[in-house]
Amino acid sequence: MISFMPYPVRIEDIVVETEDGSLKTFTLAFEQERHRKGWQHVPGQFVMLSVAGAGEAPVGLASSPTEETLLCTVNRAGMVTTALHQLKVGDRLGLRGPLGNGFPLDGEMKGKNIVMIAGGFAVTILRAALMAVLARRQDYGRVTFIYGARSPGMLLYQQELRQWAQRGDIDLYVTIDREAPGWAGLVGFVPTIAAQVAPSPENSVALICGPPIMIKFTMPPLEAIGWKDEQVYLSLENRMKCGQGLCCHCNVGPTLVCKDGPVFTRAQVKRLPMEY
Amino acid sequence: MQTVMISPAELDALIEKWQTYYAVYVPALAKPAAATTDWAPGWRRFVEGEPLILPVGPTPASVKTFYFPQPETLLSFSLEENHPDKGAMREPVKSQGMQVVLGVRPCDAASVLLNQLPFIEDPLYMANCQRTALVGFTCTSRLSTCFCTEMGGSPLHSAGLDLALSSLEDGFILEVLSEKGEILVAGCNLVPASASDMAGLTARRQGAAPGDSVQLQLLRSCALNRLYEAPMWQALGEACINCGACTFICPTCFCFDIQDEVVQGQGRRIRYWDSCMFPLYSQHTSGHNPRGKKLQRTRNRFLHKLKYFPDRFGPFSCVGCGRCIGDCPVNIDIREVLSDLVRCTELE
Amino acid sequence: MATINDKITDAIRAQARKLLETGEVAALIGYAAGSLPMTVKPLVVRRPEECDRLVWNTFCVLNLATYLPEVLSSVEIPRDLRDPKPEEPQAKVAILATGCWSRNIVVQIQEKRVARERVVVVGVGSRGMVSRAKVKALFPGQEILTVEEGDHDLVVQGLDFTETINRWSVVRDNCQTCAHPDPVLVDIRIGEPVSERKNPHPYKQVELIEQRSVDERWAWFTAEFATCIRCYACRNVCPLCYCPTCFVDDAKPQWLGKSLDAVDTGLFHILRAHHCAGRCTDCGACESVCPMGINMRMLTKKLNKDVLELFGIEAGMEPEAPLQLTMYPSASPEFIVTDLAPVPVPSRKPFESAGIPSAEGDTSCKP
Repeated sequence: MISFMPYPVRIEDIVVETEDGSLKTFTLAFEQERHRKGWQHVPGQFVMLSVAGAGEAPVGLASSPTEETLLCTVNRAGMVTTALHQLKVGDRLGLRGPLGNGFPLDGEMKGKNIVMIAGGFAVTILRAALMAVLARRQDYGRVTFIYGARSPGMLLYQQELRQWAQRGDIDLYVTIDREAPGWAGLVGFVPTIAAQVAPSPENSVALICGPPIMIKFTMPPLEAIGWKDEQVYLSLENRMKCGQGLCCHCNVGPTLVCKDGPVFTRAQVKRLPMEY
Repeated sequence: MQTVMISPAELDALIEKWQTYYAVYVPALAKPAAATTDWAPGWRRFVEGEPLILPVGPTPASVKTFYFPQPETLLSFSLEENHPDKGAMREPVKSQGMQVVLGVRPCDAASVLLNQLPFIEDPLYMANCQRTALVGFTCTSRLSTCFCTEMGGSPLHSAGLDLALSSLEDGFILEVLSEKGEILVAGCNLVPASASDMAGLTARRQGAAPGDSVQLQLLRSCALNRLYEAPMWQALGEACINCGACTFICPTCFCFDIQDEVVQGQGRRIRYWDSCMFPLYSQHTSGHNPRGKKLQRTRNRFLHKLKYFPDRFGPFSCVGCGRCIGDCPVNIDIREVLSDLVRCTELE
Repeated sequence: MATINDKITDAIRAQARKLLETGEVAALIGYAAGSLPMTVKPLVVRRPEECDRLVWNTFCVLNLATYLPEVLSSVEIPRDLRDPKPEEPQAKVAILATGCWSRNIVVQIQEKRVARERVVVVGVGSRGMVSRAKVKALFPGQEILTVEEGDHDLVVQGLDFTETINRWSVVRDNCQTCAHPDPVLVDIRIGEPVSERKNPHPYKQVELIEQRSVDERWAWFTAEFATCIRCYACRNVCPLCYCPTCFVDDAKPQWLGKSLDAVDTGLFHILRAHHCAGRCTDCGACESVCPMGINMRMLTKKLNKDVLELFGIEAGMEPEAPLQLTMYPSASPEFIVTDLAPVPVPSRKPFESAGIPSAEGDTSCKP
C-alpha cells in the first residue's frame, strides 16, 4: 500500500562527520514503540526524511538492521537537507520507508567474497552493508573495503574506520585524493587504488558506490582482471519524490529507480538508457 | 446490472434528482464568467434548467481532475510555536461526498481504468474513485482528431463508466454498470431495454471491437533501444517548446511532485501535477540533469506512453482522445509520432 | 490562381534552397504544414532537399525568434566549456521574420542572445495572421475539417457546411492593431513590403479595461486567469522568456506556490508580463498557444502602452540602441533614464545610489 504518512522520529544524536560540516550523521529514534517494533530494512534501502514545512528528501540508510540505532548521514545540498542540518538533538522529523530494494545480502552475496568500493559520501549505504556483513561474518568470504575521500577531513565514520582496521577480518584500504599533512595512509584516486588492490573476481561480488566519474574509471581495471557486469552492484541516484514508483520522477527509461532499485547490477544498468 | 430505456425528459428529471444529493459536474464549454471556488478546470457545477450540451468528441477537459486533483493535500501539520503537536503530520480531512460527473466520453472512462494500474495502491486516488460516479455518453460521431480505435479503444465502449447512455432515435439505452450506477438509478421506474435495441447496441459494438492494432503490436515487440535511438526525436525535440500543455490536458499523464506549503503557521503537504517536459522534473540537487536536453524530455513523454507504461502494465498509456493534437502549440501530433515510431520498428 | 502566400511560399523555398546550397547558412527556421486545419509546425531545414516542406500561410502565429538561439548553437562546432572560442566565423542561421518577429530578433541582438553577423533575416511583410480561436468561435459545436486560404477570404469547410468568411475579420487582435507589420531588420526580402495598417486605436482593448473601476478590473482579471493550468506554454513560446531558471521554478527562495491557487496563477502572469516590459513586441504568440484561451496578452499590451507613454519606447526597433529599461546610470537621480527619449517621469525619491551598476548591466530578469 502506498503511503505518504511519515513515522514521527526524534533526533537522539548528531555527529558532524566532515571538516566542512556538509555531512552530519543523525541518530533517529521512533516516537512510537509500534513503529520501532515493526521496522525492518535491508542495507542499500533508503528513506524519505521530512522536515515539516521544508519537505522531503531521499536519504540512504547508513545503519544496518543488525544495529540498535537508525542512522542517516545527510549531505547538505538542497532545501530539505539544509533544514535538516539546522535541527538539534530532540527535534522531531518524519521518516517514510524503508524504500527501494537494497543489496542482496541474503541472495547473491551470501557465501561470496565481498568487495566494497566507495567514493565520497556514497560510503553511507556501504557502511550499512558492511555492518550487516560483519554481524554475520561467517556467512561471507573475504571482505575487501576500499574507501576514498577528497581529504582526511572529508572521511566519514573515522572512529569506525580505525576499529575496522584493527579487526583483521577486513582488508581495508582508505585513501585520499592528494597528499595531506599528517596523513600516513594511502594517497590516490579510488580507481587507482582499486586497480592496485586488484580483488579477485573468483566467487566474489562487488558493491560500488560513488560519483559516476569514479565508477566509470573503476570498472576498466576490474574488467581487465576478469570481473563481470553481473557481479557488480551499483546504486543509482535520480530525483525522487514519492519513493514508491508512482510519481515517475526517477525513471530511467522504463525503470523506476525508487522502486526497481536503487541497487542494480552493472549488467542491468547497461541495458538502460543513459538517463541517470 | 440492468439495461433500461430512458427518455430525455426522464434523464433531465434524474439529473435534477442527483443534484439534490450530490455534486454534479458537467463539461464547461465556455470560460467561467467569474472565478469561483467550486470549479474544476474545464468543468462546472450543473445548474438546474440549463441544458446539457455535449461537444462532439471528448469534453474540453478530461476527468483526471476528479481523481487526481490539482493539487491534492497529502498531509497537514502545524508549525505554530506552542502547538502541542508542532511538526507532527496528520491525515487530512477528505471530502466523502459523492460527485457525479456527467457527459463523460468512453475515452476518458478508459483513462480512469488505465490510471488505476499505477494508482491501484494509492489510497487517495482510490478514494476518489470510490466517491466519483461517471455518467457517460457513447459517441455517435467523432472528431477528425479522435483516434481511440487506433489505441485499442472504441467510441461505443462503456468500460470505466457507472452509467452509460447510448442514443436511440427517441431516447437512450441506459446501461447500469456498477454499484454506484445502481444507486444513481435506484427508485426510478424505468422500462427494461427491448431485446432488439440491446441486440442493435451489441452489433454496433462488435463493429468497433477494441484491441491492439497491428501497429501497436509492432511497437510492443520492438526493442526499446531501437525506439530510443530513433532519428525522429531530433526534429521533434527541436520543434517542441517543452511546455506542459499536453501533459496537463492529457487524461493519462499522471506525474506529480510533492511539496510543503505553509501559510501563517498552518502547513500542508501537497501533491500537484508535474510534467516530464519541464527541465526541473529530472534535475538533481547538484544541478546534474539526466534529461537536460529538450529532445530527451520530449522523447521521455512519448516513450512513457507508448513503451515504458505498456512494458510495465500491459496497455498503452494513451486513450486516443486527441486533445493534445488540438492544443499543442507547435502541432506535435501523437498520431504522427506513433506512425514514425512504427516505421522505426520496420526499418532494417 | 496562386495566392499571395503561395507566391511567398515559392519564394521562401527558392531562397532557402539557395542559402543552403551555397553554404551561406547552415540552417533556416521556417514553417511546415500542420496536421490540422489552421496549424503550422515550426521547421528547421538543414539540407536543400528539405526546403520543399517549407510553407507560408495566414496561420503562422508562432514567433520563430524563440528558436533562434538554440538553432544557432546547434550549428556551432561542438566545443567544451573551457575550450577557447573558435577564431573562424561561426555558421549562420537564416530565419523567416515578420515585423514583430524581426523586432524580437533585434531585442535578442540588444540583449546579446544572438550575434547580428550570424543571422540572416529573411523578411516577410505580415498581412496579419488569423486566429484559429476566432474562426472556431464562428462555428460552435461544429468541427472544421479544412480551411482554404484566399487573399482576402477563407473558405471554411466542415462535415455538412462550406462557408466563406472574410479573412481580416478573423485576424488576431494584435495583428489588427499592429504598427509595424513589415520587418524592421531585413537581409533578404520576400514578397512586397506591406502597407502600414490604418490604426486609429491601437490600445483600444486596453483602454476599455482601463476605463473600468478597480473592482471591475479585478473581476476581469480573476475571471480571465481562473482557467490557467500553469502549463507555461505562454512562457515557453515567448522569445523573451529565456532565464536559465524562471522565477516560477526557483526553489531558494520559492517565489510562487505550485498549485492552481488564484494568487499564484495571477502572480505568475503579472510578473511574467512585467519581465517583458519594454521588450515585448506584441507578437501574440502567448495568447495564440494558450490551451485554455486565456488572453494574457492584455497584460503585456497594457505595459507596452505604459512604456510607450512614459518612456517613448517601442521594443526592438533598432539593434544598436541601448536597452533603455535596464540602464541605471549611477549619477542620475532617476531610477530609469533613457538617452533617446527624455520624458517627464513623476519625481520620486531617488534610490540609494551606492552599488547600482553604471553600465548596461545584467539583462536577465529576476524579481
